[in-house]
Amino acid sequence: MNLLEELGAKAARLGVPFSVHLDITYRCNERCVHCYLDHDDHGEMNTAEIKKLLGELAEAGVFMLTLSGGEIMLRKDFFEILERAHELGFLIKLKTNAILIGEHDAERMRELGVEAVQVSIYSHRPEVHDAITKVPGSLKRSLKAIRFLKAKGLVVTIANVLMRETAQDYPGVQALAEELGVMSQLDPTVTPMMDGDRSILALNANLDTVREVFRDQGEMVEEFCGVPGGASEDTLDSAPCSAGHTACYVSPYGDVYPCVQFPLPSGNVRRTKFVDIWKHSEQLNEVRSIRLRDLPSCSQCVHVGSCTRCPGLAYLEGNMRGPSIQDCEKSFARTGVPSVNLLAKQEAARAGGGLSGHAAGLVQIQGQIQVAGLAPAV
Amino acid sequence: MSAIYVARSKSVAARMLGDQMMIMSAKDSTLFDLNDTASAIWQAADGQTPLEEIVEREVCANFEVKPEEAMEDAKAFVHELAGHGIMVVSDRPISEAEAQAKMRINVEESAKAEESVKAQDGKKSEGPK
Repeated sequence: MNLLEELGAKAARLGVPFSVHLDITYRCNERCVHCYLDHDDHGEMNTAEIKKLLGELAEAGVFMLTLSGGEIMLRKDFFEILERAHELGFLIKLKTNAILIGEHDAERMRELGVEAVQVSIYSHRPEVHDAITKVPGSLKRSLKAIRFLKAKGLVVTIANVLMRETAQDYPGVQALAEELGVMSQLDPTVTPMMDGDRSILALNANLDTVREVFRDQGEMVEEFCGVPGGASEDTLDSAPCSAGHTACYVSPYGDVYPCVQFPLPSGNVRRTKFVDIWKHSEQLNEVRSIRLRDLPSCSQCVHVGSCTRCPGLAYLEGNMRGPSIQDCEKSFARTGVPSVNLLAKQEAARAGGGLSGHAAGLVQIQGQIQVAGLAPAV
Repeated sequence: MSAIYVARSKSVAARMLGDQMMIMSAKDSTLFDLNDTASAIWQAADGQTPLEEIVEREVCANFEVKPEEAMEDAKAFVHELAGHGIMVVSDRPISEAEAQAKMRINVEESAKAEESVKAQDGKKSEGPK
């Protein structure tokens, strides 16, 4: 366990919100095809409200603060917010498309103690990246900003999302990151919109591509893609993830959720002090009460100890204690072993469609996985 | 022995977690977790109070430790933090502006050093085979 994990574990024991993700706007100057947000402004918190919230977060013990959006640089008061966050001693991370970040902005970010900046890049080819963002010239501008940020000594990470249209470009993005001297990360999942609309899941890369990406782990492949070995009693007694335990999300409208990907309304900081929501929200307390052994089907699954199951995606599928089909698919793509949930679906399909035979069954599972990823929540 | 003055850098992320102070160095992104004694010294480091006085007040008064031993440990501790840009150490009182300015120089030097290493790496890869 490294120091950050130790501190996270201590925060969990003490009931401290170690990290908060705060979206300061949903407005954006890009229109990424896979984005899960509605970009209209439905009444963002103003400067005073955000500064007050930052004070409440510091008082509650929040250490890691991620400022994100929408595009953070669209707020005219962005640096005023950042300055206040810096004064309050947060460890600050930013998520941005960076196209508005000039050299002076990068310098201000450095002066105001920003620890890391995550920039979204979807391809090393301008025509592909710009087709995703729908902003001509956006790749060029984002890369220029990354160079400014690097030159000022900031830690930069390129965040890429694996999609059908960009799947072949992820090695190119990794090479670009290497050339720029920054880190890169690849998210293999397009997630549903926050309002539950699942139509953008059609953009997900197909299972063969996801499998190839998982196999591209160098020396780690044996461990990463090996047959799962179930879970120990300690693992079954652990929390599914940090959402609601040591982390939570606040929207530009002051709504508090367990995580940006877990839109369970748990309170609003315009009406209630943050620490009171954190400690007393029924919803957050319910999320906190769930252990892996409480998940009816997942606790019986061979993947339970290694699955990336997201409680938020499960919630968006209709049950926060249920499986997340997208994570079942990833576990299958990674190991070749179907999850309990996929086997149940296979059984249901066999009963309905008359399939027989193990090989035919697995082929059918692959077919179902792709369809299931596109289907509405059941 | 001349006095030592210490000031917290303003350019760090810091928060108490229970009885421990968490600090992230802006210079090199090293995360520190200070115990209660170290946290007390860090919080008392106002740039104006000599380290000896801080140690006497925050350490010797609360823990069973010899003053000389506590002072030696404290000096090693503040110099280590200074190396990571978390604290400024001087033989004269430090104003807030000075603490900020020194931190800024540290950060810029760190960025330049990183670029220099990268440039050297680049030259190595371009060298004769």
